[in-house]
Amino acid sequence: MAYDPVLYSRMLTELTFAFHIIFATVGVGIPVMIAFAEWTGMKRNDPYYLLLARRWTRGYVITVAVGVVTGTAIGLQLSLLWPSFMRVAGQAISLPLFMETFAFFFEAIFLGIYLYTWDRFRRPVSHFLLLIPVMLGSSASAFFITTVNAFMNTPQGFTLKGGSITDIQPLVAMFNPATPTKVAHVLSSAYMTSAFVLATIAGAALIKKRDSLYHRKALKLTMIAALVFSITTALIGDLSGKFLAIYQPEKLAAAEWHFETARQVPLVLGGILTQDHQIKFGLKIPFALSILAHDNPNSVVQGLNDTPVDERPPLMVHYLFDSMVTIGIFLMVLSMLSVWMVRKLKSVQYPRWLLRLIALSGPLALLGTELGWFYAEVGRQPWILRGYMKTAHGATTSNQVDLMLLLFCILYVAIGFTLVKVLGRMFINNELHEELKNRGIEGGPAQ
Amino acid sequence: MSIELIGITVLWIFLYGYLIVASIDFGAGFFSYYSDLTGNRNVVHAIINRYLSPVWEVTNVFLIFFMVGMVGFFPDTAYYLGTALLIPGSIAIVLLAIRGSYYAFNTYGARDSRIYKLLYGGSGLFIPASLSIVLTMSEGGFIAETNGRVELLYHKLLTSPYAWSVVLLALVSVLFISAAFLTYYASKAGDRPAMELLRTYAIGWSAPTILCSLLVFFSIHMHNPEHFDRMLSLSWMFVLSFLCFLIATWLIWRRKWLGWSFVFVMLQFAFAFFGYGASHLPYIVYPLVSIHESITNPAMGIALIIAFIAGLCLLIPSLLLLMRLFLFDAAYVEGKRGK
Repeated sequence: MAYDPVLYSRMLTELTFAFHIIFATVGVGIPVMIAFAEWTGMKRNDPYYLLLARRWTRGYVITVAVGVVTGTAIGLQLSLLWPSFMRVAGQAISLPLFMETFAFFFEAIFLGIYLYTWDRFRRPVSHFLLLIPVMLGSSASAFFITTVNAFMNTPQGFTLKGGSITDIQPLVAMFNPATPTKVAHVLSSAYMTSAFVLATIAGAALIKKRDSLYHRKALKLTMIAALVFSITTALIGDLSGKFLAIYQPEKLAAAEWHFETARQVPLVLGGILTQDHQIKFGLKIPFALSILAHDNPNSVVQGLNDTPVDERPPLMVHYLFDSMVTIGIFLMVLSMLSVWMVRKLKSVQYPRWLLRLIALSGPLALLGTELGWFYAEVGRQPWILRGYMKTAHGATTSNQVDLMLLLFCILYVAIGFTLVKVLGRMFINNELHEELKNRGIEGGPAQ
Repeated sequence: MSIELIGITVLWIFLYGYLIVASIDFGAGFFSYYSDLTGNRNVVHAIINRYLSPVWEVTNVFLIFFMVGMVGFFPDTAYYLGTALLIPGSIAIVLLAIRGSYYAFNTYGARDSRIYKLLYGGSGLFIPASLSIVLTMSEGGFIAETNGRVELLYHKLLTSPYAWSVVLLALVSVLFISAAFLTYYASKAGDRPAMELLRTYAIGWSAPTILCSLLVFFSIHMHNPEHFDRMLSLSWMFVLSFLCFLIATWLIWRRKWLGWSFVFVMLQFAFAFFGYGASHLPYIVYPLVSIHESITNPAMGIALIIAFIAGLCLLIPSLLLLMRLFLFDAAYVEGKRGK
């Protein structure tokens, strides 16, 4: 394969991003879940929930650390791998980038305080209140950074004159058409994913030790949150589809293998695309794409043939889109079922098959997040700034990107491997039993 | 003041903030590992850990701030430095990543591990070296632009006495700043043995710091005489810096007013750092990028400054709260408050 800095830059960015997004997602969602647990524990005076908050926090710090370092990597790699892009777009996106670091700073300060003040305040609510800036900070940084990504999808608020941009309106650039749906989808899916990730821990533990009251409570709390957030995510996902139909029709058309502009368009699930753009084995749902795009079965949906050939996204995004949606729907149904079962089986053991599915739900939700991001990013190829700058013109010209790709592969493998080991030691081979005893919650000396 | 001057000043303040907090952090990691090797672990470990745990995350943010601000205020810099720095920049990222994650694995993970500690303590020493390359490059002569392609001249960089003197200075000042701070922190905790040990580190690293500063001074003279002349016209700042160094070292030597001694260490580096920065202007990367040509669009410049002020209104009270709880809370520092 001939050396191509653009290809390697894309691969390295994808690698770092795919690794970072796991930690970024749980970094946004887990503080919210910790807050639910601590709040419930405080309200009901239930030490189980308080211990839950504590133990989640301990694992959370480790994921935050990896999130911080991979986030730093992304931040620096933007300039290292895409210097020409940053020279042009840096002017327009620096405000949200700057504000993202402020939000992160804010979160970092209060997380540091929260971690070391568990028993320091006279009133427990003071400690709980420290979580509010942590949640605000993490969600705000997700908000700001997503506006940057939204800007790359629907750039506005500037004029491009011969390679340099002028007449910048920072707020117009930030609040571009893609911002509302993107931000909402990112936030709610992050909350949802985190709820499932924590449910996985409880589910896996219940398979081993079926009568653990601690894990039953954890499962109940996480599943209720997962249900609420997965419904929200699905609703916002629908709005995102409608947004695409208007502002980025080629992305939606590529996801649905929809070529001829027409009305009453069916939606295709799965399938194979032949050389001459015929779909085989796909499951067609009549009118569904028209409904998805414009809420009207008779509406016209723009097809891919209206987009010049060299501006079309790769057609494999269809699979990314379908898998993401399938996972989303599966998880929503699973959380409905779990919440119903938890209510029904108040003191009876949960069935093993349900626990197995729950134990799978966290990894599945993370996979869904990855697929969704890959769809969103690959779906705007060949553009780096849709309509303004092609990806090939933004990359570095350096000759050593392949070497750096290898270096970062090794790094992420090493960090990922140790992380799994450390978290595993923390949650799977844990001394939960002893901690319950020490805190006088279960089995040990009276309180 | 023009936007570009405000911009570079803001950035320089952040870089100075990073210099101080990161030095404490990097040095602490190294001392923690070193004391482990020399069998002094029990003496200083608790002190170092108690300081680092709540603040390590905050340290990283200063650096990101600087980078983002640089791209925002001076997008051209992103282009030149971004292209040229691919390898040293990536190495710095890898080191930062190893350091940050293995710190967390070791501190919050279920078990103390020697390997984690080596990765954490060792990488901390190489980061200042890899980051100082940016300062070296900004003196000019290491970047070539031919046919629109920007390249870093590695051969020139690796054989430059100036580059090596900067790396050396970065290393020893990290250890000096860190030891000076930890001496103060240990004395505040009333931990006499830790204070004594850290004090010897501080004294030990004071002379190399000044020697290396002189070395950098002379090698700038050889490498970029124009810059050296501008530094001479600001020589009062460097003289003040030296005075602050003398006072700080003397206080540490006498084991007196250790809090003030650290303030003087901070002033010593402030004078030197801002004197160096001011004499470097108007160039960011000599002679390719000056602050006048590469400045961002005025609307964005103003938006950034507003965001910056708003951000500070949020950050300063929070930082004060953090310091009140963990630096100036006697019970916490003495270890009487648990997690």
